[in-house]
Amino acid sequence: MTKTYDAIVIGAGHNGLVNAAYLARAGKRVLVLERRHLVGGAAVTEEIVPGFKFSVFSYVVSLLRPEIIRDLELPKYGLEILPLESTFTPVVEGDAYFAAWADHDATRREIYRHSPKDADAYDHYSKLMYHIAKAVKPILGLVPPDPTSLSPGDIRGLLKFSDIFRSLSEEHFYALAKLMTMSSADLLDEWFETDILKATKSASGIIGTFLGPRSPGTAYVLLHHYMGEIDGSFRAWGFAKGGTGAISNSIAGAARGFGAEIRCSAPVVQVIVKNGRAVGVALEGGEEIYAKVIVSGLDPNRTFLELCDPNQLPPDFVEDIRRYKFRGSSGKVNLALSELPNFTCLPGEGPLHRGSISISPSLDYIERAYDDAKYGNFSRRPYIDICIPSAIDPHMAPPGKHVMSCFVQYAPYNQQGGWDDAKREAFGDTVVDTIAEYAPNLKSAIVGRQVLTPADIERITGLTEGNIFQGELALHQLFFLRPAPGWAKYRTPIRNLYQCGSGTHPGGGIMGANGRLAALEILKDGRV
Amino acid sequence: MLRGTPFHPRTSALCEGHNWRRWAGYITAGSYELMHEREYWAVRNSAALFDVSPLHKYLITGPDAERLVNRVVTRDVSKCAVNQVMYTPWCDARGKMIDDGTVSRLDEKTFRVTSADPSYRWFHDNAIGLKAKIDDVSDSVAALALQGPNAREILEAVSDAKLDGLKYFRLTHAQIGNVPVTITRTGYTGDLGYEIWADAQNAVPLWDTLIEGGRPYGITPAGILALDIARVEAGLILIEVDYVSAEHARIVAQTSTPFELSLGWTVSLDKGRFNGHKALREEKQRGPAWQFVGIEIDWASLEALYAEVNLPPQLPTTTVRESRPLYAEDRQVGYASSSCWSPLLKKYIALAHLESPYALPGTPVTMEVTVEHQRKQAAAKVVRTPFFEPERKRT
Repeated sequence: MTKTYDAIVIGAGHNGLVNAAYLARAGKRVLVLERRHLVGGAAVTEEIVPGFKFSVFSYVVSLLRPEIIRDLELPKYGLEILPLESTFTPVVEGDAYFAAWADHDATRREIYRHSPKDADAYDHYSKLMYHIAKAVKPILGLVPPDPTSLSPGDIRGLLKFSDIFRSLSEEHFYALAKLMTMSSADLLDEWFETDILKATKSASGIIGTFLGPRSPGTAYVLLHHYMGEIDGSFRAWGFAKGGTGAISNSIAGAARGFGAEIRCSAPVVQVIVKNGRAVGVALEGGEEIYAKVIVSGLDPNRTFLELCDPNQLPPDFVEDIRRYKFRGSSGKVNLALSELPNFTCLPGEGPLHRGSISISPSLDYIERAYDDAKYGNFSRRPYIDICIPSAIDPHMAPPGKHVMSCFVQYAPYNQQGGWDDAKREAFGDTVVDTIAEYAPNLKSAIVGRQVLTPADIERITGLTEGNIFQGELALHQLFFLRPAPGWAKYRTPIRNLYQCGSGTHPGGGIMGANGRLAALEILKDGRV
Repeated sequence: MLRGTPFHPRTSALCEGHNWRRWAGYITAGSYELMHEREYWAVRNSAALFDVSPLHKYLITGPDAERLVNRVVTRDVSKCAVNQVMYTPWCDARGKMIDDGTVSRLDEKTFRVTSADPSYRWFHDNAIGLKAKIDDVSDSVAALALQGPNAREILEAVSDAKLDGLKYFRLTHAQIGNVPVTITRTGYTGDLGYEIWADAQNAVPLWDTLIEGGRPYGITPAGILALDIARVEAGLILIEVDYVSAEHARIVAQTSTPFELSLGWTVSLDKGRFNGHKALREEKQRGPAWQFVGIEIDWASLEALYAEVNLPPQLPTTTVRESRPLYAEDRQVGYASSSCWSPLLKKYIALAHLESPYALPGTPVTMEVTVEHQRKQAAAKVVRTPFFEPERKRT
């Protein structure tokens, strides 16, 4: 006698968990199946070096939707988001570092040091981004309407969409049009003259893309990252106590609280389709489990080209999914440290250690890092976004010791000759060497390290080509085009098969919006 | 740490309650003594010494300096004589106020502009194509305001300035002790008073000379709390309290034009084009929707409301910077943005935004007051500002 379910969710990433929680909250019998031994997908905390807890992949949070936190009562299940206070961009020597501190006056004084004009411009720029992000942010909570469709639902959606644009003043609308088309470097050049400031800001525009700061389209990605920074429940980048795994655990806790069942070490190998309808899944080892609907939190490549038989799908759809670009471009280096890195340009322990530390000394530096990647090599001097979770949450490391998370770009998935152990270590050495130029005590402080190339990210998490967003955040694959034209509303060409991962609108980052919107659509369809 | 002003070595020693407040990235004293009362009375009774160094200060020089300033501000600075000072707002293209401050003409081709908000980039952007240079001298110029009936006697005692001939909103150069200073007959208290501008490096000796020479005249270092009451009595607006800068406003409804702030007298529509010219000309023809007025809360009405709970009227001891709704004919017609008890006038007064039809002096309105957690409405009326204007301010 096998138990039957209303819904099976494939993959216990944060979106899969959010999806399961919302379905369970609506009274549905839900089973989540996770390939790995723990939940979280790319939002996991693991003790790779004994005593040192790494947020192995994803490491900060700002976009997690406030309605999800409220609806699922995540704080009750342990969610605690601590502020990342600042952004610090060191220089190798001298005092021309750049910092944006928690306090506005302190930040202004810091920018003024570089340029009085930029100090004024910073406020105006922030205000503009605030206005645009405020206006555009509701799109994150909107099922993308298809502009080619005349169905009442799509027309309603398009009207809502146009309301969003009409809520912008002329000035802000024009600015948004520019944001959608420009490169982040060009956008920032319009505002600022301080290179190190522009470089640091531009970095938000390249994360998770295979683009450089001078590539058109990156200004939008910059805005995407700004949306977490505006009003509402929280407005800045934060660090989850216990690492990003704690976020996943809190969502899993909420899902279980609503009655969902979560099975780890249960890899799904196939979506069982009968008469054009998804009816269940087959696990490695042969077990079959049936449900009224199947929801995949996996990326479009895994979902449609691996778990499904492409023959069951319309050929043009298969072609669209094949064209969907992943192009993993980033790696991760997690370090266990005996002491904090000491930066030559601003020595000693300070607030900089409780914020993000950005290795982005100039726009040329980042663009050059991209140049290497374009031709199939990891950057000789990469852009690195560092944070030290243990400086915020001491439980992440043994007392007095630290963990350091280094997000590294660029590390192309298609590294020349392919990734192997030697290249992985060379990549790790490059990252450590790069940071050690700014903080010379780093090397002697390292007591353990974990190096993750895009190939490793793919192998461990299943993210195709190691792309952290389940597909590039590029304009041609956003909104009603994500993951494929006509299939952006969480439904798929196979009846009763749904998708809820970051490969759907509104894209990646620990947002949860995808999982929630998919759950709402599933409930609307009424097949469970 | 925020910075102290150039006077910090002296002011920090005096600040008994460590009641520091933020002002433009500096810390300044809210009050030096534990209570600000004596500091307030010094403004009206003897002389109060305020550290106003956090003001942003810009030196604008060059053959086109006048054109630049005239392009930015609403007043006509071509009429500003050398050694004259003008109070003026400045606006964006929609005629919405960005900031207000003073313009001092130091010579034909040199102006010093003070502002509440950073304005370097704004002046810079407006200077494109003009032969004018903008220097931010905010950090290098220290500033004090000496305000009160004894201010002139003190300055005469410690400086070589000829103050008898120094008219209201004029400036002169002098020495205080050994320190070269510029003295402007300006201030933010509506009283007889002067502002003293000096190289920041000379701040401490300047302070010492003034305090020592001023002691026989009752000179009293005073903080922001005292200043905030005096400026309401004087009917003077405060940015981010009485109006929101167009640069900071999140929505248009938060912005104000000079006409809406009853600063029409500062808008020189016939001087040629300037920022906001077209919008302001149209608004003048149309008439502004709002006026900025004085409100006097009726004592008997307030007393009656408190009598209901068996209390005498409870009065604010400092200026209240929160909005208080104003009503007429059973609907909200405006709001008071600053309100205080005037210790001098013995009146509960407020600076308020009112829809124009209700802004005539004498118009009865009511103001929301909270009496023991209950919202009530106290009778009030529109009055002319300044509430307090002693003859000594100008003579």
